[in-house]
Amino acid sequence: MKEILGKKLGMTRIFKETGEAVPVTVIEAGPCPIVARKTVDKHGYDAYQVGFGARRKSRLTKPLVGQFVTSGVEPTQYLREVRYTDSELEVGAVLKVDVFKVGERVDVTGVSRGLGFAGTIKRHHFSGGNKTHGQSDRLRAPGSIGQSSYPSRVFKGMKMSGRMGNEKVTTLNLEVVDVIEKENLILLKGPVPGFRGGLVKIRSTNRG
Amino acid sequence: MKRIAQIEKKYIRDDHPEFRTGDTIRVHVKIKEGDKERVQVFQGDVISRRGGGTAETFTVRKVSAGIAVERVFPLQSPNVARIERIRAGQVRRKKLYYLRGLTGKSARIKEQIIESSKAKKAKAKAAKPPEVTPESPAENASAE
Repeated sequence: MKEILGKKLGMTRIFKETGEAVPVTVIEAGPCPIVARKTVDKHGYDAYQVGFGARRKSRLTKPLVGQFVTSGVEPTQYLREVRYTDSELEVGAVLKVDVFKVGERVDVTGVSRGLGFAGTIKRHHFSGGNKTHGQSDRLRAPGSIGQSSYPSRVFKGMKMSGRMGNEKVTTLNLEVVDVIEKENLILLKGPVPGFRGGLVKIRSTNRG
Repeated sequence: MKRIAQIEKKYIRDDHPEFRTGDTIRVHVKIKEGDKERVQVFQGDVISRRGGGTAETFTVRKVSAGIAVERVFPLQSPNVARIERIRAGQVRRKKLYYLRGLTGKSARIKEQIIESSKAKKAKAKAAKPPEVTPESPAENASAE
């Protein structure tokens, strides 16, 4: 499995040679230097801690400065753990977009856009009430939330209004449309969670 | 969004001629029939250009056998094999949707005569002096 960090830049569309228009998300992925390594013996699991994005040293806390000094890596804005099983990597090695090739399939994990307190229509795709037939105030109402004297309560997990978004979301099985190594860019078919400028994790998919 | 525009540049074709709303153009369109590919020509007036970057499209309107046909082409599509600018039109609007309600003589577009910049300057020079002198006394008279 391959995994890398990136920044969502936005969406556009490009054409295939066949004339087909493809909606793509542009992600600036990597370079991600490896800052630390977690091993089964020592930590109970295998992972690499990788950095992404530049950050001034004066902006770091002292414990973090120590981490970067011991690993010999320039300070980075983000530090995340990734699983990378394709090859053995040393601390100080750098992961770049070219680990992914055009035509491969990937999953992308990010934090979805926070939509605040949202009603049931937006949040759970309820259909709402009638606009006409003598209705008033019922257009976006949730409708009945249960029965009467039995069970005399609302069941747990009932779909209602509430906070929407701002949660970890993974979109699965996206096609890699293009990789521009020189600018660390990767173009994926379709949308990806999060705002423009948000941190995303790209990993090779386990879906056929 | 600036960053996206920069990235789009890599995918934008530079082989199309410049053309604007009101121009008459000939579009060579690739058409696939089964596994055969051929090129069809569609000639008409450009009545709109919209969008930008890789998403830009233009609308061409032609009247064929008394029936008006409008086609929207994605400017960057590889299926648009070639564009020829036949005639430059002089129009005062960016979108010529008003042509849809017109037929015959009134549905024509005036041809734009493109002058060289030298000829333009000479014309402007010749036109300026007589304009200034008669205007200033007239203005004074109305002010009093």
